[in-house]
Amino acid sequence: MKSSVITFPGSNCDRDMDVALNKFGFKNKMVWHNDNELPKSDLVVLPGGFSYGDYLRCGSMASKSKIMHSVINFAKSGGLVMGICNGFQILVETGLLPGVLLRNKYLEFICKNVHVKVDNKQNPYFKNLDKNIFEFHIAHNEGNYFCTKDQLDEIKDNNQIAIYYCDKNGHTEEQYNPNGSMKNIAGIFNKEKNVLGMMPHPERMIDQSLSGEDGSLFFKNLINNLK
Amino acid sequence: MIVNEKIAIEHGLKSDEYKKICNLLKRTPNITELGIFSAMWNEHCSYKSSRLHLKKLPTKGEKVIQGPGENAGVIDIEDGDAIVFKIESHNHPSFIEPYQGAATGVGGIMRDVFTMGARPIANLNSIHFGSPQHKKTKNLLRGVVHGIGGYGNCMGVPTIAGQTSFDSSYNGNILVNAMTLGLVKKNKIFYSKAAGLNKPVIYVGSKTGRDGIHGASMASTSFDEKIEEKKPTVQVGDPFTEKLLLEACLELMAGDSIIAIQDMGAAGLTSSSIEMASKGNLGVEINLNKVPCREAKMTPYEIMLSESQERMLIVLENGKEELAKKIFDKWNLDFAIIGKTTDSKNIELFFDDKQVANIPVNTLVENSPMYDRKWKKSKLPKKNKIKKDVLNSLKIKDVLKKVLSNPNICSKKWIWQQYDHTVMGDTIQKPGGDSGVVRVHGTNKAIAASVDSSAVYCWAHPLTGGKQVVAESWRNLISVGAKPIAITNCLNFGSPENEDNMGEFVECVQGIGEACEYLNFPVVSGNVSFYNQTKEIGIKPTPSIGGVGIIKDYNKMVTMNFKEINNIVMVIGKTEGHIDQSLFARSILDEKNGPPTRS
Repeated sequence: MKSSVITFPGSNCDRDMDVALNKFGFKNKMVWHNDNELPKSDLVVLPGGFSYGDYLRCGSMASKSKIMHSVINFAKSGGLVMGICNGFQILVETGLLPGVLLRNKYLEFICKNVHVKVDNKQNPYFKNLDKNIFEFHIAHNEGNYFCTKDQLDEIKDNNQIAIYYCDKNGHTEEQYNPNGSMKNIAGIFNKEKNVLGMMPHPERMIDQSLSGEDGSLFFKNLINNLK
Repeated sequence: MIVNEKIAIEHGLKSDEYKKICNLLKRTPNITELGIFSAMWNEHCSYKSSRLHLKKLPTKGEKVIQGPGENAGVIDIEDGDAIVFKIESHNHPSFIEPYQGAATGVGGIMRDVFTMGARPIANLNSIHFGSPQHKKTKNLLRGVVHGIGGYGNCMGVPTIAGQTSFDSSYNGNILVNAMTLGLVKKNKIFYSKAAGLNKPVIYVGSKTGRDGIHGASMASTSFDEKIEEKKPTVQVGDPFTEKLLLEACLELMAGDSIIAIQDMGAAGLTSSSIEMASKGNLGVEINLNKVPCREAKMTPYEIMLSESQERMLIVLENGKEELAKKIFDKWNLDFAIIGKTTDSKNIELFFDDKQVANIPVNTLVENSPMYDRKWKKSKLPKKNKIKKDVLNSLKIKDVLKKVLSNPNICSKKWIWQQYDHTVMGDTIQKPGGDSGVVRVHGTNKAIAASVDSSAVYCWAHPLTGGKQVVAESWRNLISVGAKPIAITNCLNFGSPENEDNMGEFVECVQGIGEACEYLNFPVVSGNVSFYNQTKEIGIKPTPSIGGVGIIKDYNKMVTMNFKEINNIVMVIGKTEGHIDQSLFARSILDEKNGPPTRS
């Protein structure tokens, strides 16, 4: 399976994502934001970081990068595009995903482990996973998901909510919401479920000596689903 | 403007220092030259009060590749790998403007490390605030923590450990010490020593603005009631540009284009160009019209003294200009050939086709003042006799609750959760333990690092306190299973012109030296921050020690949490019942005197 990770000026989780993808069997290529064409890929990843310093609005300038035309076309033709953290922010700025990501509710950067619940497995990312609750890691300042009431109704009707913040038993009360996200939303799909944006970083959970191994489960399953 | 003694004194120079300048030049300096002397001869850049004493620290060892005197220290971690590390203070700016002060402190120390060719792999910090009840503390704490996070998080370098303390002696002078570790191949270390004649001198990074002019001079004086007026001397950080600068420099360093490289930190273009020329025993010629400026009509004086951040000075091999420019263009950074190395052994500056400064480099560096300041020796205080009935009247449960909830002891999770401590995917021991630990990417090795200080002990008896801090650093490293290798130190003190403060400095340094010698734990880098005082009130002496150790197989790392029920708990080392200067004595018994525990 071939994957591509886009490096924007200010991306800083691009290497971590490259390590994770290679570890679980992807043949990964790093792609420069100023390139015109994507290499042939089964998966395109927009990594975390601070593209363009998060100046103006997180993700807004990166969403206008040269390579993004190609990424958007790839997504529209059904290709798998995954945005993690800043990558999620870039995806909402392109309009591939609905809504916006606001500053965290308590106005502070948060770096910690959280639990998330997978709600919908009818998609290439979570299909065949044999558990529903995962321990992932978050590290962000703007992860507070927000959309209009109409948009929320629409994403609910289309089963577009990918993961919710929860406790280790899957409870999704407000107290398990680290950043004030609407409905505890930690990640969403587009209507077709080929585009996924999420705040948690599975690439930081790929080794027992790191924060945990739930990221390994995610990547192993993902490559199997794509085979 | 005609320079005279009054103007020199306004620049922070002493009357006899001004006379020395005139004698060295055999004429009166012009205003640009005076600015350059004041920047090079202030305490922050010249170490004029501390040099004499710092010489006594042990700086050599089997694993030491580079000791003090470069941008950072370097140690050998075998297999062709080396670790570059240093700690530095940004106290004065952080008190004036906590967010930018702390942020640029982090940015500055990271530049010191990647200037040497190393990719930063971990950040640490030691931050000290006034009493939690003091009206400024809350705002300063929040600002400093946001600033450290704002810069380090954007750079994508994990902040893996730190230390926070509160004491009323910091009410008017907080301390912000930032430390960075970087990883480099032993045969790809870059130094600041220029070599060769007519080599192009290159300016890269951000444009030069009017920010931070006289920053280093500001850090070399005490604060008074006019402190708010000093805000323009604080630099403004742009971590995004620094991230680009990091990647561009490492890309250029992969080849063989660079002869010497130096970041523009304190005293900006002045200190970087002079240090490179001085180390290479060369002269340097700079055309200031070529320096990329952010603001219109900047004068030579302003260009030379600006402390705008995210800038580097490089001496390139001839013929590599195009290749280098291409890399900096790719990363959207300014690139300008501003001068060349010469054999004049002078720094010669030109502006609008006129020579605006011409100073022999050695007058600025080797001939800078050095003082043997007067200092007072401290006596070891007498032990307190604590009455049995006082102890008997205390309920151990209440005492424990009070001690554990003391701001100096309680969990600092609120702070370190605001720092990205897991980016780069190699953090195997997070903040909150004895040391932070990161893997050496792609190997079985790991590096442990800790930052410690113990101002109360140093205040009670500087010699013992100095030893104690080194011992604590050593213990924190061995607690995670690491073999300690070397330290960096950040020496935060009051005014060296005050005999008591100078005595604290001298004896703390002696204590640090003795402990380092005994443990074979050399000092490879560091910095001194004097004048941490507002009017006459100085801080408690606060040397911060950044210790670094290696774990050969990270699977053997030790963590502090209790693992299972029925595990045996042991205390190693003799418990002598020493209570003086403990948090218990100070906060529960309200007994502030007595000797610190010995080490």
